[in-house]
Amino acid sequence: MAALEELEKAYTKARNDRGFQKELDDLRKNYAGRPTPLFFARRLTKQLGGAKVYLKREDLLHTGAHKINNALGQALLAVRMGKRRIIAETGAGQHGVATATVCALLGLECVVYMGTEDMQRQELNVFRMRLLGAEVRGVDSGSKTLKDAINEAMRDWVTNVRTTHYLLGSVLGAHPYPLMVRDFHIVIGREARAQILKFEKKLPTALIACVGGGSNAMGLFHAFLADKKVELIGVEAGGRGNKLGEHAARFHGGSPGVLQGTFSYLLQDDAGQIAGTHSVSAGLDYPGVGPEHAWLHDIGRAEYVSADDTEALAACQLLARTEGIIPALESSHAIAECIRRVPKMKKSDIVIVNVSGRGDKDMGILQKELPKSQLQTRT
Amino acid sequence: MALHFTSHPFLVVYVTCGDPSVAASKDIILSAIGAGADVIELGVPFSDPVADGPVIQRASERALANHTKLSDVLQLAEEIRNAESRAGLIVFSYYNPVLRYGLERFCDDARAAGVDGALITDLTVEEAGDYIAAMRKRDLATVFLAAPTSTDSRLKRIAQASRGFVYAVSRTGVTGTQQKLAEDAGVLVRRVKKFTKLPVAVGFGISNSEQFHAAGKFADGIVVGSAIVQTIEQNASTGHAAKAVGDFICGLKKPSAQQKQSAVGTQHSAK
Repeated sequence: MAALEELEKAYTKARNDRGFQKELDDLRKNYAGRPTPLFFARRLTKQLGGAKVYLKREDLLHTGAHKINNALGQALLAVRMGKRRIIAETGAGQHGVATATVCALLGLECVVYMGTEDMQRQELNVFRMRLLGAEVRGVDSGSKTLKDAINEAMRDWVTNVRTTHYLLGSVLGAHPYPLMVRDFHIVIGREARAQILKFEKKLPTALIACVGGGSNAMGLFHAFLADKKVELIGVEAGGRGNKLGEHAARFHGGSPGVLQGTFSYLLQDDAGQIAGTHSVSAGLDYPGVGPEHAWLHDIGRAEYVSADDTEALAACQLLARTEGIIPALESSHAIAECIRRVPKMKKSDIVIVNVSGRGDKDMGILQKELPKSQLQTRT
Repeated sequence: MALHFTSHPFLVVYVTCGDPSVAASKDIILSAIGAGADVIELGVPFSDPVADGPVIQRASERALANHTKLSDVLQLAEEIRNAESRAGLIVFSYYNPVLRYGLERFCDDARAAGVDGALITDLTVEEAGDYIAAMRKRDLATVFLAAPTSTDSRLKRIAQASRGFVYAVSRTGVTGTQQKLAEDAGVLVRRVKKFTKLPVAVGFGISNSEQFHAAGKFADGIVVGSAIVQTIEQNASTGHAAKAVGDFICGLKKPSAQQKQSAVGTQHSAK
């Protein structure tokens, strides 16, 4: 596609342009709030009784999730390309909010596509986007979730490509998106690596991050790829069961295929039709996964596991009660794997978990899913 | 089989197979060929038709609700080929159903069914190496899409990778008026023709005889998709879709009022 060629050229140029990097660094620091802390979770560590647990606090960023890293980078690039209209897709709404935010900051027109099912379950984020001046367009086709929002954004892009930049929110889609989005998130791992070396004088044993499309995980993992001893663990959404349609665990129930310009692991039926997915977290509710994750999986560099809805909800509560941090339901899947794995590890081991977003947006779901009877007072 | 184009402009008709049913698609396609369609694009329904507008999206959903698979489309192709040797048959699909079916197996079965070629909407020439090799081995045509936004170097690559014809496409309705779209399509056809001797077909929401003949002035072939699928949608419930599509095509191909007038003028001057 001509638009992809144009984007690749513009990005390659910006990537090597010190002016661009300086502008981005300045916004990351003074607008988004980087660097984010790497926090030693003392009470959680004690309770789990194994490895030391550190939390990378992407949830503390402006707009409440790592998504702002990429939104800032791509929006600056769009301005350089002379495109004043930005479109985006969103699942949980975090990428949509980040995009609406940077568009307000830079004075750009903003249209966000969102599945109507996601609009219902992430109602608060829909309002936030509108408050920021973005137009939110509901997508009523297919599964009415993230996948369908991407389809509609792609249709908009091919129609309006001369004026419009598609600010894709994960390490998905056709080249150069997976590479570019990863690059804009690499800062997560670079900071974490320097921080842990400062605190512990050694590298961590393992990194844990949730994987929807996989942008926060790629961002954390990338700086550690050459550190062969550091285990990389991605956590997919196990949903509510093992049958096709009940989860979003592409590495467990999926097979290679092409969706939305990406060749990767996909949840699909025997005829190659894309399968429905389910997860309590809208941000992980997607049938495909970033192609670089597929590569890390196939070469054995990263391991992919899944956590189900119940485990994620329990993990969200545990982190809230032990550390006073309410993680997003997406990030809660990473916490769930941490809870399973850490007790089996040595006390000298170190784990870094990426808290990719905060749970404020999930209060509606949490209120519904966690009846009052379950919410016992902390002891 | 090879694609031969005897009429000018030749007419390419797109049908989503399985909408409203595979059996109905067969009647519709035979009726379209009877009315003068030169090539049929056999649309394989897909769950995520990113390159299609709402009309074909709806058709895809209906066909999937009937569980229409690529294997059904190939079976349908064979039945049409047995009944009708004239028209060209092109499988029109997204890549994933073909990958899942197996690329080599798809090419073997398409060839055996009497299919002439394929167009894979979401496969760019840059990524099409395996596909092109497999198709060439069976002498199946590879049709690629050319867009107005493509650079010359890309158009060259698309033209060189194409066999049968090149499909020059400019999206309808959203970017501009029909007049502007026709002008854009004309420019695109000329640009593509710099790089190939293959016929170039255009598609940009053509739905009536005036537009058909106007486009015939600069293009070798005309693709009609959404207008056909819409005709099927409107007539499916009464069971008259095949006849309606045949009538629609006859209406499309009949000389426009302007042409008739100039024909009358010629007769007068001959006298």
